[in-house]
Formats: sequence, C-alpha cells, structure tokens
Amino acid sequence: MAKRAAPEVNAGSMADIAFLLLIFFLVTTTIETDSGINRKLPPTDEVVDPPIIKERNIFTVVVNKNNQFLVEEEPMDIANIRQAAIEFLDNGGGTGDEACDYCQGAKDPSSSDNPEKAIISLKNNRETSYKVYIAVQNELVAAYNDLRDREFVRLNPLLGLTFVEANKRYADPRFENERKKLKPKLDEVKAMYPQKLSEAEPSKNN
Amino acid sequence: MAKFKKKQDGGTPAISTASLPDIVFMLLFFFMVATVMRDSTLMVQNTLPAADQIQKLDKKDRVMYIYAGKPSSRYADKYGSQARIQLNDKFATVEDVGAFVLAERASKRQELQNVLTTALKVDGDTNMGLISDIKQELRQVNALKINYTTRLGDYTQNTKN
Repeated sequence: MAKRAAPEVNAGSMADIAFLLLIFFLVTTTIETDSGINRKLPPTDEVVDPPIIKERNIFTVVVNKNNQFLVEEEPMDIANIRQAAIEFLDNGGGTGDEACDYCQGAKDPSSSDNPEKAIISLKNNRETSYKVYIAVQNELVAAYNDLRDREFVRLNPLLGLTFVEANKRYADPRFENERKKLKPKLDEVKAMYPQKLSEAEPSKNN
Repeated sequence: MAKFKKKQDGGTPAISTASLPDIVFMLLFFFMVATVMRDSTLMVQNTLPAADQIQKLDKKDRVMYIYAGKPSSRYADKYGSQARIQLNDKFATVEDVGAFVLAERASKRQELQNVLTTALKVDGDTNMGLISDIKQELRQVNALKINYTTRLGDYTQNTKN
C-alpha cells in the first residue's frame, strides 16, 4: 500500500480564534494609574510642648472655598506660587549658626532663616475642590524639587542627572547596582532642603 | 522571447492572508501582557486630577486603595449625587475607613504591615471636606503613608472647569 500523506490541517479559522481572544482582552484591559504625590500624615499623639516657630519661617498658603489663593496674606495666582515658594525656601536670611551657605535667595531678614527651618503651611476650606488642592500640592512639591535639582546638579556635576531623575533611578530595579552610590547623594540633598509641608485642618468658613 | 510573456495571464492575484493570524496574535500578546485585572469594580466617578511632580507607587501588594467621588450614573438614583467613599466593592461611610485599613493590614504579610501605603483615588470634583475626614480616620489608625493618585499632566488642567 502506498503511504498516504497526512492531510494538512486547515488553519483558516485560527485568525478567528485569535480575534476572539484579542477582543476579550481589549475589553477587559484597564491601564491602571499607579503614580501620584506621596505624602506623610502627622501622627495623632499630641505634642506636649510644641516648638515655637517664628512667623517669618512660615509660608502660609490658604485656599478658600471658591478656589482662590491667599499666599502670605496676599491674593496670588496659582502660576506664581511655585516661584514664591522657591524664593521663600531659598531665602537664607539667617545669620551665624542659622546661616545657609548654599542658598541663593535674597537674604531678606523678614523671610525664612534657612531651608531647614522654613515651613510651608497649607490650609484649605472644606469646600475647596480636590483638583485645585492637588494643583497647589503639585506646585509646592515642584518648588522643593526645583531647588533639590539645582543643588544636586551643583554637587554632582559629573553624574548628568537631576535630583528627580536620580530619585527615579534609585527606585528602579534595573539600576540596582547604582543604589548604594546614589543613596548618600540623594540624602545629602534631601537634608539641605527638607520637605516641611504642614497641612492644617480645614476650616468651615471663610 | 516567450519568456517575457508568461505573466500576462490577467487578474490581480489574491492577497495572502496567511500572516493575519500572526499579526492578530502579536496584538493579543500585547494586550494579555498589559492587562491588569481590576480587583474592584468602580462605583464612583473617577476622573483623577493631573499633576507632574509624581512618584511611582510601591509594589501592588503594599498598597490599599480608597476610592471616592460622586456615584456613577448607574448608582445615582439609589445613592444620590453627593460624593461617597468606596471601599472594595461597597459604598462606605467615613467611619468604615479605619476598620477597612485595619482589615487590609491584617491580611498582609507580617513584614509588609508597616510599609503599607494608602492610595487615595479621588475624583477631581470632590470637596476637600471628605478627603480631610478620610485623612483624619487614617491618622487614627496610624496609616500615615498616603498617596494622592493622579494622572500625569500639567497642573493648569485642574484649575479649568
């Protein structure tokens, strides 16, 4: 008997099956957002002896229920908040022990002593909208990041990275071998401009 | 001379569809890999605000999610149009947040219990009052690491209506 050749399997319907699966995954896919602004809440236990903070070391930002801003008692547009915060943080008006040798600000005696003492206080109304609140948070974090970038580049000119990029790389598992090298550099800059952002409990009126 | 006349027998040849399955499979694999199955169905509107100074969230097993916003149109008749909190698959009140966090924390491995982050996925049009209430609750149960989940974009998108 002659050997019969194995009949070829018809692959014409393969595309249909693949399409079916494709459409299923297309429909069920949701690209999750998994990034945002990290914040740390203050612990609840009452501080027995709250430290006295000088008025000039606090930068107050108030958002009212109509989403308008009051920065250091003056109305301001959101576009200018970043610059105002940078000027405040980078002022370096302190003398003696409190002097700041890396600040490039105006050294105005009526503004902050040094970045370590400078505190940004953000106060919002209960009716402030969340997206406006996020916009302010974003601008304030941006102010810190701008200053940290500047100092990071100044201290590590050969690295070719800004603070934000270095921070991202630090968190990236692909660059695990660089972690040890980056950590002290990042910590140094973080200590120069510590993020002191206090959120007051919101008010009902005004 | 006959050589040159061979191909003149008329009609366009049919396009081969043999590579179609390959192309479809390629797309299929992309979507299979990119798919993240949501573990809870959203019952609230969730248009996240935009920000550009963002950091990536921790690994998924170290994060618990709290959703808030106006109930989506499907639930609007039943739950009204006031912003609500959603925990897992249910609407919840502010008082439930503490219990939720404790339950989530207890369900994680021991070594992760101290490094948990709470991701707040809140609709942009929510009032801050609700969010402050959530934050107060989180402080009560000592869940201090939070993340305001946002999408990447310029902050000026938030101030427009």
